[in-house]
Amino acid sequence: MNKEKHFSRNEQYNVYVESKIPKTKDFPTLIWAFLVGGLICVIGQGISDILMLIVPTMGIEEANTWMLIILIFVASFLTGIGVYDRIGVFAGAGSIVPITGFSNSITSPAIEFKKEGIIFGLCVKMFSVAGPVIVSGLVISFVTGIIYLLF
Amino acid sequence: MGKKMGDQTIAFLNKPRIVGNYSIVGKKEGCGPFKDYFHYILKDDLFGESSFEHAERKMLEQAIGCSIKNAGMNINDVDLIVGGDLLNQIISTSFTARYFDRPFLGIYGACSTMAESLAIGATFVDGKYLNNVVCATGTHFSTAERQYRFPLELGNQRPPTSQWTVTGAGSTVLRLADEGHMITKATLGKVTDYGIKDANNMGAAMAPAAMSTLISHFKDTKTSPDDYDLILTGDLGKLGSEILMDLMEHNGYKLGKNYNDCGQMMYNNNQKTFQGGSGCGCSAAIFNSFILKKLDEGVYKNVLYAATGALLSTLSTQQGDSIPGICHAVVIERDSKVGE
Repeated sequence: MNKEKHFSRNEQYNVYVESKIPKTKDFPTLIWAFLVGGLICVIGQGISDILMLIVPTMGIEEANTWMLIILIFVASFLTGIGVYDRIGVFAGAGSIVPITGFSNSITSPAIEFKKEGIIFGLCVKMFSVAGPVIVSGLVISFVTGIIYLLF
Repeated sequence: MGKKMGDQTIAFLNKPRIVGNYSIVGKKEGCGPFKDYFHYILKDDLFGESSFEHAERKMLEQAIGCSIKNAGMNINDVDLIVGGDLLNQIISTSFTARYFDRPFLGIYGACSTMAESLAIGATFVDGKYLNNVVCATGTHFSTAERQYRFPLELGNQRPPTSQWTVTGAGSTVLRLADEGHMITKATLGKVTDYGIKDANNMGAAMAPAAMSTLISHFKDTKTSPDDYDLILTGDLGKLGSEILMDLMEHNGYKLGKNYNDCGQMMYNNNQKTFQGGSGCGCSAAIFNSFILKKLDEGVYKNVLYAATGALLSTLSTQQGDSIPGICHAVVIERDSKVGE
């Protein structure tokens, strides 16, 4: 069979398969993502409010820093005991987008690849999922910094 | 009569027999519809080992060892072990083979490995080059997941077309004997690629390969789907089997009630695997438990077992290549003396 014929056959097959595949149900996934994502944000707000209540001298920025540290720790802990991935199954972006998702994406490969050793396993693979986020974060902040410097 | 039939099929005139078999599966598979048929169900997925890779080897070791025992043989009677798995450089099978200290052929046919090893083993036995050949394969959900996809604890969502890699292993012993179900034919598959690039849709990538092998088999042996009590594909899953049925119908072969797929049989609907099971262990475990049992009972008299494999790697997917598939088929005929 020549290449062109192959190409049209493959194209037809792909169109056919596309029409067969079950689609993700938009509405329930959106609702779950909204509810769980919103809940994580509410918890974050709660933590920072409580912190400011307990320690009256604490400013809002310092309280937020502590709040982030607490959320990162809790998500990392939940990943370690195997709970966070179960939340992710139904919450989707709701538990990926907040900082807790970032924590999960670093903790989970760290646990997974620990068996290959501390340096070549844990340290190397730790950023295998979160790496792209860090790189794009660095690039964007560099570009923003340059723009800020010029104008 | 020659031993080659048509274009891709071999006829085994001396009829190698299945004299021993063993299946072992993980906890999740052990909750599925075939829980009463498997020889052994793991209590936890680590199987008392320090890593999932070691657990996979231990499963294979137990499957091979116990299938030899079931055949009433000693390890020194084995002339050859043929097998493979999904892990890079097929470490599970070859590392396991070092414990047995017998000749070993490592093969890679992705999830088609069970049928491929049966075809190779049957050829050696039928040609009387070797007396006893062990065919084995296995996979583990957690090792496949980390090699092909994401860390286990990552909170991501699986797409609805995805399949669940089966934790399981199966082993079959072949010999020229007076009793046992016979392997009578094998159709060796061609690598078939219809341009599917989505690594989360293996069923669609492998269905054309299954179609190619099944059609060649029917043409070569001058049979039709109705001549078999059961036509069983490896791990196409629900979506893949539907596609295969459409493709076959399009080519003038209707797969009816006698068609099924190990992937869609493996789990109950409430086990949330989406399209069903996949992996070498999927069809190997079902073949070495349920299918052989039903042949014993006489429910099936002849079975066309066509295991399918997706020959991709993470590297080929990342470089944007499409997924080639392969399918090998073997025919197992019932020995009426068994089970009476």
